[in-house]
Amino acid sequence: MSDKTLDLTIAIGGAAGQGIATPGNILAKIFARRGLHLYSYNAHQSIIRGGHILLMLRVGETEVLSHGDRMDLLLCLNQDTMDRHLRLLGEGGRVLYNSDDVEPGEADPGVHLCPMPVKQLTGDSKNKVIQNTLSLGVMMSLLGADFSLLAEALTQSLVKKGPEVVQENVGVARAGYDHAAANFEPFPNPLPQGPKPLAVWAGNDAIALGGAAAGVKFYAAYPMSPASGVLHWMAQNGRGLGIMVRQVEDEIGVACMTIGAAHMGARAMCATSGGGFALMTEAVGAAAMMEVPAVFINVMRAGPSTGVPTKTEQGDLRQVLGASQGDFERFIVAPKNALDAFNSMPEIFNLAERAQCPGIVLSDLLISEGTFSVDPDAMNLRPEIDRGELLVDPSPNGDYHRYADTETGISPRVLPGTEGYVHVVATDEHDEAGVLISDEFTNPFIRRQMVEKRARKFEHVARDVAPPAIEGPKKADVTLVGFGSTYGVIKEAVARLAEQDVEANQLAIKWIVPFHADAVTKALAKAKRIVVVENNFTGQFAQYLRGETGITAHAHIRKYDGEPLTPRHIVDGVLDILHQETAVYVPTQEILV
Amino acid sequence: MTEATLKPPTTATVSLPRTPAAPKDFKGRVEPDWCPGCGDFGVLNALQRACFELGLKPHQLLVVSGIGCSSNLPGYMNAYGMHTLHGRSLPHATGAKLANHELTVIATGGDGDGYGIGGNHLMHTARRNIDITYIVMDNQVYGLTTGQISPTSRLDMKTKTTPHGNLEWPINPLTSAIMNGATYVARGFSGDPKHLTELMKNGIQHKGFALIDVFSPCVTFNNDNDYPFFKQRVKKLEDIGHDPSDWKSACERAMEWGDTLYTGLFFRADRPSLDAAEPVLQNGPALARRPLGLTAEQQKALKARMM
Repeated sequence: MSDKTLDLTIAIGGAAGQGIATPGNILAKIFARRGLHLYSYNAHQSIIRGGHILLMLRVGETEVLSHGDRMDLLLCLNQDTMDRHLRLLGEGGRVLYNSDDVEPGEADPGVHLCPMPVKQLTGDSKNKVIQNTLSLGVMMSLLGADFSLLAEALTQSLVKKGPEVVQENVGVARAGYDHAAANFEPFPNPLPQGPKPLAVWAGNDAIALGGAAAGVKFYAAYPMSPASGVLHWMAQNGRGLGIMVRQVEDEIGVACMTIGAAHMGARAMCATSGGGFALMTEAVGAAAMMEVPAVFINVMRAGPSTGVPTKTEQGDLRQVLGASQGDFERFIVAPKNALDAFNSMPEIFNLAERAQCPGIVLSDLLISEGTFSVDPDAMNLRPEIDRGELLVDPSPNGDYHRYADTETGISPRVLPGTEGYVHVVATDEHDEAGVLISDEFTNPFIRRQMVEKRARKFEHVARDVAPPAIEGPKKADVTLVGFGSTYGVIKEAVARLAEQDVEANQLAIKWIVPFHADAVTKALAKAKRIVVVENNFTGQFAQYLRGETGITAHAHIRKYDGEPLTPRHIVDGVLDILHQETAVYVPTQEILV
Repeated sequence: MTEATLKPPTTATVSLPRTPAAPKDFKGRVEPDWCPGCGDFGVLNALQRACFELGLKPHQLLVVSGIGCSSNLPGYMNAYGMHTLHGRSLPHATGAKLANHELTVIATGGDGDGYGIGGNHLMHTARRNIDITYIVMDNQVYGLTTGQISPTSRLDMKTKTTPHGNLEWPINPLTSAIMNGATYVARGFSGDPKHLTELMKNGIQHKGFALIDVFSPCVTFNNDNDYPFFKQRVKKLEDIGHDPSDWKSACERAMEWGDTLYTGLFFRADRPSLDAAEPVLQNGPALARRPLGLTAEQQKALKARMM
């Protein structure tokens, strides 16, 4: 814990099925309600019972940019957690464990071991996860927080289970709180209070809510980690919001239903991970050819194939860039964090509808499954909605051409069901009226006209997307370039490098397409040393940057072990690159999960 | 080449009738490009007549297809249409129907499209019982790819891909649809357009998923199952007093493939369609016609839940 402002990381480790999520959620609520910021990352495996899970919850008085690389308070729900992580705690760290069945290991000097005699303190409770409640009481005491914060949060979370359950849990939590007060030394500074209460969301919630705010009326999906959270949010909230939510037989069906609904005029989207997106791929091209504004969300996990289902990676960049056969444009946005993902939804819907083409959102496990605080006033639930050139009233004449070749390339679109505009959209190449050109004489003039029309409309709309800009000092020894979820961790690394007298800045790319090659070239023209940071092995983004701008990065920091980058990885990488002239720095994952 | 010849030819402006006065008013912008004698002409004519006799308006009708000879059908109709991906007519049609349930939605395609590459969707669309009428022009062969076996090709059939004879048992679309929950399952013959028109009219009026499998001979690539083959064998279920509410009898009749091939309504059941059961569609207009964005109350409630 820092001496001045709060920056503390709580880690809870155990096996799947030990109920780690519940204390994590309760802590998150307590902190956010107190106006403290948080960023949590849950390292887990593709298993329902057993394995090893480590939830890292970092809390601070200002915006928390990453889950960090330190643990201040470790709760060991089993021996495995103790054995794996004790060595990571340093001076001032606290380790909580059930002294009935967990043996403490050899800790660094200055680490406080806090044994909890669970049986003695919980009496004859039949609740198998009661030690979690007890631990929450202990943690509240260590954090110097008032017990009432926990009592209130527990009551709210358990109220549906009845007064007896509430009473038992609050009682056990109190026992833990009192035991800690009598036996353990709390952290030096009591838990501070922020200026106003914050909300809590997971990245997938942010994506779903962003879609709802953007006016989504149709959501379809096939369950797939780490995208299922969007489906769960939609299933929970859709009915009340007038959103049609469907779980479909496969991702091919998902994508095609989404396009069917979007073509009718409902804003429609679907989410999946790389494997499911592979199945959706043909449909992405169908949306482009029929000129239907459908939005596809790919929440990346480590691949290829089934890969590592519960681990993160930025390995699908090439997949989304090249999704579907043929030569066509699609918007691709890689949000920088949960709030950015939320804001990206109305942005990409507006662009897709204006240009009548597919839009792709590229999230990853880190953003989508992480839990974060958010300022409720920063969430604009009434964003601007621009549906582009949309015809809704009946036509008096009826000589409508769906693909009319206009100056901008945008052909006014109609909601099917409207009188006087009857037409057929086709995945075959077609003429302005939508009549197929491929079956008889394939007219090269019409083919060229349509290819150019589709390209022109995209360019016309894409020019309104804001280009990226350098963040941090104008002059720097190192310019770190990344896309999507690396934004926060690079920003934190830049600040840490400054503490070590290394001037660094960041160029964070949010829009993959349109890429803004000119703006990026200009921004990087004066960079002394360009280091591309990405969560994959082959350097997909570095290659894309080179392809679009001709700029070759001086060095790379790449991580591809399934775990996200931490600030230390980047700081160490930059120092290594500066001192050793390393070309590709691959950080080692210290926290083994 | 002069500049003038580089100018693309403009598409002829065609004003299609809004209130058809005859079946021919359901004809689309272009004439079919099917081979002369193709069974699909009979299906198209029957569909145009069925739509006319039901008093449908072109703008209230959506015809969705996949890919294949028969999937070109939407382009030959005066109706809204989607000519989608191979095998994917049903999910496109499902999304469209749910987004605008006020439209009459008809899906069309062939046996390769619907029973082969799109087979999985047929099973699930049937169990969803969504109010879509699915007309499959079943010619027991792949036509547009110039003559290969299809999922309904008979055993031992010789085609380009089975020069030594087909080893694989054909699927039975009718029993599959019945088993998976379709609530209107019929078979027609494009050589009997009057009967087919009636099956289509009843299928379109049926509130639920209707599969109409149509013997629609391919005169170019299937010499086994041609017009004479079917003409000699087809027999109407109506003539033998079949009870369409009896699924066991329906399956027995559907399994018969020999000197007698039954046509008519095999099975019919009353079960709420997905669009009728879906609470989101209960009040208000089509989803596609509703205002976008969240109301002030919804915004407040959503924020409160996150605090």
